[in-house]
Amino acid sequence: MVQERLAEETTTAAGRDSGGADLVLDSVTKRFADFVAVDDLNLTIPAGSFFALLGPSGCGKTTTLRMVAGLEQPTSGTLSIGGRDITRTGAHERPVNTVFQNYALFPHMSVLDNVAFGLKRRKIRGAEARAKSALELVELGHLAARRPGQLSGGQQQRVALARAIVNRPAVLLLDEPLGALDMKLRRQMQVELKNIQLEVGLTFVHVTHDQEEAMTMADTVAVMNAGRVEQMGAPRELYELPRTAFVANFLGKSNLVPGEVIEDRGDAVVVNARGNRLTVLKERAAAHHGRVLVGIRPEKLKMMWPQDAAGDPDNMLHGRVADTSFTGVSTDYLVDVPGVGRLGVFSQNHGQQLARPGDEVVLCWDTAHAFGLDGREDSSAGAAEAAEAAAP
Amino acid sequence: MSLLARNRGNGPAADASGKAARPGGKDPRSAGEIGAERRRSRMGYWLILPGFAFMLLFFVLPVFSLLATSLYAKPPGADVGQFVPALQFGNYADVLGAYWQELLRSFAFALVATVAALLIGYPMAYLVAVRLRGRKLLQGILLVLIIAPFFTSFILRTQAWKQILADEGPVVAVLRAVALLPEDGRLTATAFAVVCGLTYNFLPFMTLPIYANLERLDTRLIEAGTDLYASPFQTFRTVTLPLSMPGVMAGTLLTFIPASGDYINAALLGNNQDTTMIGQVIDSRFFRVVDYPGASALSFVLMLAILALVILYVRRFGTKELL
Ligand SMILES: Nc1ncnc2c1ncn2[C@@H]1O[C@H](COP(=O)(O)OP(=O)(O)O)[C@@H](O)[C@H]1O
Ligand SMILES: [Mg+2]
Repeated sequence: MVQERLAEETTTAAGRDSGGADLVLDSVTKRFADFVAVDDLNLTIPAGSFFALLGPSGCGKTTTLRMVAGLEQPTSGTLSIGGRDITRTGAHERPVNTVFQNYALFPHMSVLDNVAFGLKRRKIRGAEARAKSALELVELGHLAARRPGQLSGGQQQRVALARAIVNRPAVLLLDEPLGALDMKLRRQMQVELKNIQLEVGLTFVHVTHDQEEAMTMADTVAVMNAGRVEQMGAPRELYELPRTAFVANFLGKSNLVPGEVIEDRGDAVVVNARGNRLTVLKERAAAHHGRVLVGIRPEKLKMMWPQDAAGDPDNMLHGRVADTSFTGVSTDYLVDVPGVGRLGVFSQNHGQQLARPGDEVVLCWDTAHAFGLDGREDSSAGAAEAAEAAAP
Repeated sequence: MSLLARNRGNGPAADASGKAARPGGKDPRSAGEIGAERRRSRMGYWLILPGFAFMLLFFVLPVFSLLATSLYAKPPGADVGQFVPALQFGNYADVLGAYWQELLRSFAFALVATVAALLIGYPMAYLVAVRLRGRKLLQGILLVLIIAPFFTSFILRTQAWKQILADEGPVVAVLRAVALLPEDGRLTATAFAVVCGLTYNFLPFMTLPIYANLERLDTRLIEAGTDLYASPFQTFRTVTLPLSMPGVMAGTLLTFIPASGDYINAALLGNNQDTTMIGQVIDSRFFRVVDYPGASALSFVLMLAILALVILYVRRFGTKELL
């Protein structure tokens, strides 16, 4: 009930304060001495959306958030909220609140005073009552009198969230808010955070290096690398049609096969990869001639015995199983394709006979699932970063 | 006092007793190991013994001796400096009646000097600890400058203030020029000069504890304050200052307590009428008038008064962290 009331108040407040308050970053660059942390960033974050900034550690996510919060001045470029330029506005005058990476709760104040802090600074009436209902929203009403130091990590995280949400900012910034939590609590908080965002209807900008987190929570994901946005879009769109090798490898896994365009079929191109003919739809290819990388996700590959593989020899690779790992629900294979390299295959457990290392197999796929990338790209870009991000 | 208590908590004694408290019974360790452990825990007590003996010898015993002396009586017809043990509580009434003004003045001077030192010392500590964080070289230079006065003698430094505040000196010239001081106004031998000396001499005792505290201040909390609509001043008032209160408490106590008992500043920079501090009175009672009971009674009163003031102060402003 309390939650409904807060949500209601918040919706009207958001409607009044931040109606159509898109956050816009226009060619924002941040240099630290010679080092470019954020490089000519252009972003438009629609009001009311759950936006995730995803990228490996050190790619400039925190710096971007700090510039939006006003804690860091951009070297060049402008920021605006709802059309109002806030580039030169002081941090304490921006309608923006942050859930900090380490929570940054005030250790000398009670949980309630922490949450009421922002309201009191703005002299808003009924600060305590509102702070209480914000604490109810994160299910911590009973701990209002405690000090932050007496709470668990997960509870502190909720207090930090309540402390920011209670102000109903036009934009709420979350800097790896779940980073310090263990895996189980993390998955649980992802769901809760998403529910809270829907409930209060604020614009969330969520920074994370965890691709699963970004994909499950956000409406829109921007993949950042070395201070730039590589690609932006809905999670599904990014996953199914990555436009750069970095995105293909950082967001899920990809097999990237180098080749050369040898034929134009109108709506598709045919790529020669060491004697194998692979077809890529033009609308799914970043390059239409010369050297390209043909990308295909491991779960889109179908693995067959050679005797079962018949018909169209296009989109077909012959190889030998190098390694298998059975996880129960599925099996991960590594298949060596002569001249092409080692490809990963994810095979759902349908009760079929499993291949063993050394078995000859044929890999094929639906043309609609392949994508094409510029052949000059490093086919392993982003793979190491993804492995690092996945490490606990 | 409470500072000492905290140190004691971390000392070897607490550690040792913690280990000793482990129950015996079915201990899987060998007898030799347990013996070694016992010896080590007894070591803890031996380690605090020198400190304990020192305090007993040079603090507890003298205090009792002082208390006894303060109650001595002068037998009729005795020579100068001749007293007999007694329980003459009237000594206290006598000295309080005669010197209450000096006592109050000492606290007033010490209070003003403490406030002045806080107003000067806090910004210095903040500059070095927070603003210059990460710039080690600059921090080091400034810290050395803060401590540098200690490298010259107390007396010499105080004498130097005589020159600074002299009638022909720069301060008087400037104050006269801006009409803050009348044409014939002076600063030497005034209460102002004494407070200047006290402030200057005890400034490092204020600055260093505050620095030590602010050095550990998590500046991300300041950013959180700014992010939550607090102006720089509000952030200071609601976040930085409350968090640095333990340092402020330590600094003010370390300044106020020695300043209220000080007599060198008043002797060198003051006059004989309206700047006399209680330290001077005690000094002259002891060594010039040779009134041991009177001097002892005054010392005792000073000690108790400081104790009472400190307890009141810590109760009012003290933080959990300090107590
Ligand atoms: N104040 C600073 N001074 C110098 N370099 C900085 C500063 N802040 C961040 N950087 C550098 O900028 C890069 C991006 O940092 P950050 O935005 O924190 O990355 P992320 O949050 O994506 O891990 C890093 O290489 C970091 O070392
Ligand atoms: Mg970061």
